[in-house]
Amino acid sequence: MGNIQLLVDFGSTLTKVVAIDLKEEVIISRAQVPSTVDEDITVGLRNAIRKVRADVDLSSSEEGETLACSSAAGGLRMVAIGFVPDLTCEAANRAALNAGAKVIGCYSNEITQQEMAEIEEMLPDIILLAGGTDGGNRKVILHNASALANSRSLKAHIVVAGNKAAQDEAKAILAGMGKEVSLTKNVMPQIGTLDIDPCREVIRETFIRNIIQAKGIAKARTIVKDIIMPTPVAVLTAAQLLAEGYHEEKGWGELIVVDVGGATTDVHSIATGAPTKGGVVLTGLPEPYVKRTVEGDLGVRHNIHTLVEQAQKRGLLAGEDHEDIVAKFTRIEKLPENEEEVAFDEALAAAALHIATERHSGRIELVYGPTGEIPVQRGKDLTQVGTVIGTGGPVIFSRAPKRILEHALFDDSKAFSLRPKQAQFYVDNKYIMYAVGLLAKTNPNKAMSIAKKYITRL
Amino acid sequence: MEQPTIITGTVGMDAHVIGTKILSRVLRDEGFTVVELGILTPPEEFIKAAQETDAAAILISSLYGMAELDLKGFREKCAEAGIGDILLYLGGILGVGRHDFLEDEKKFKAMGFDRVYPPEVDLDIAIAELRKDLKKRGKL
Repeated sequence: MGNIQLLVDFGSTLTKVVAIDLKEEVIISRAQVPSTVDEDITVGLRNAIRKVRADVDLSSSEEGETLACSSAAGGLRMVAIGFVPDLTCEAANRAALNAGAKVIGCYSNEITQQEMAEIEEMLPDIILLAGGTDGGNRKVILHNASALANSRSLKAHIVVAGNKAAQDEAKAILAGMGKEVSLTKNVMPQIGTLDIDPCREVIRETFIRNIIQAKGIAKARTIVKDIIMPTPVAVLTAAQLLAEGYHEEKGWGELIVVDVGGATTDVHSIATGAPTKGGVVLTGLPEPYVKRTVEGDLGVRHNIHTLVEQAQKRGLLAGEDHEDIVAKFTRIEKLPENEEEVAFDEALAAAALHIATERHSGRIELVYGPTGEIPVQRGKDLTQVGTVIGTGGPVIFSRAPKRILEHALFDDSKAFSLRPKQAQFYVDNKYIMYAVGLLAKTNPNKAMSIAKKYITRL
Repeated sequence: MEQPTIITGTVGMDAHVIGTKILSRVLRDEGFTVVELGILTPPEEFIKAAQETDAAAILISSLYGMAELDLKGFREKCAEAGIGDILLYLGGILGVGRHDFLEDEKKFKAMGFDRVYPPEVDLDIAIAELRKDLKKRGKL
């Protein structure tokens, strides 16, 4: 066992490698190359490793210990199906997001033929089938199991995470028609209880065993030791490690990670979200301690038009007419070239972050009853969260990341939105969140120490 | 046969908790599976919980006098949700100011509630009636 650990992220556009000296706990090399999933994933990987070898004397056994995560070939594409929209359907959605998936569809009640056709066309990797509390409604989940079973073209792997009393029958229906099925615990076993960790593990295993094979990513196993998780899970794992710490390495406490990107803006909160004031009534489906939200309409390039529109509506973008600039920015690879463009780009990132954190955070509403004012909270109270970590190109490469990250904070004009009141800001300058998450699986101490070294305090 | 599931809670902007808590406790002691939604429960939430849990009955408490407003169209909403036949009980102070309970009872039964109770009801009686009604529907 050598001293050098390689950690790889097979991204949709770029394959990134970080080489860490485990003994000194430093990064000794980083490289990124275009991903080559379409032809042969190992081509890009070999290019990246070659670049690393220019800096580092890497033995073949060390190379063989490489760990990887992947979001290539569309990432982990999932459809979530439940019963009541606000209950098991939403629980399934949260479970899928928490498992690092790109949720491409979310269906409630008994799915129709039309909806089944839509699902077939989407070509999901995994379908998460929920519905009914344990011992509750069986009719809906069994109807949906039949619909999925009877779909000839459906190749997706199905994870059944609904009413325990119906799961054996659901499995029989699906397996009977040749569908691949896994069973796991109900994502919503009782009203008011969310249990998504067992489901996440099953999804991860399915990802490792089946999905990456189908996407041609598994071929990388000829070089790396293993691809052990979808990239978003690596980021979530890093976030959780940073929050909680490991043994002697103290964590930073409850935190939020914000990732502004070209296609989406994502928010991850590691926090219980319990009410921070007395007398508050919690309502709605409970939210997970590790919560991930992905805003597909808040990417600063892919959906620049909708983002600009939303930002203008909320008064987050100064000035009236941005048509000219927006036209230039619709080219995905476009980087800002002059002062005006830089300023606009930063304003976009700030707006995306502002809206994304508002959507992610819980809300408080004052209800007036005969006994007086009652605060009712829905979602997570993040007002006492003291740490915000920013990542993603638009944040990392901006001139003043702190100015952008401040948009994640509590806004007095929108006091209903339970965002952090004050926080210490950090930036993932070296793009290592994923690497920390991967390393955490084998070496949480070192992962923590490296994270603390390289995630820059602002 | 499995224990039937009963949904309880206080409806609307009402924060009265004692009645529904005692009711839920007694129901559990009597062997029922209880889903306790608590105070400030919107009418729709009773229905959603009943759907997911395949509940046999919804027992609603209301003590601030606004039940008629809160529960307008409730039985119809249940029907829309596919649980139009569910047992519906209502208990509490069901109007503002002086009220003739018998009038309240008539009003809410006309709205689709199966049984209506005043706040001083003996829970033993209510539960006996619940058992009777559930047996009649083959749920017990």
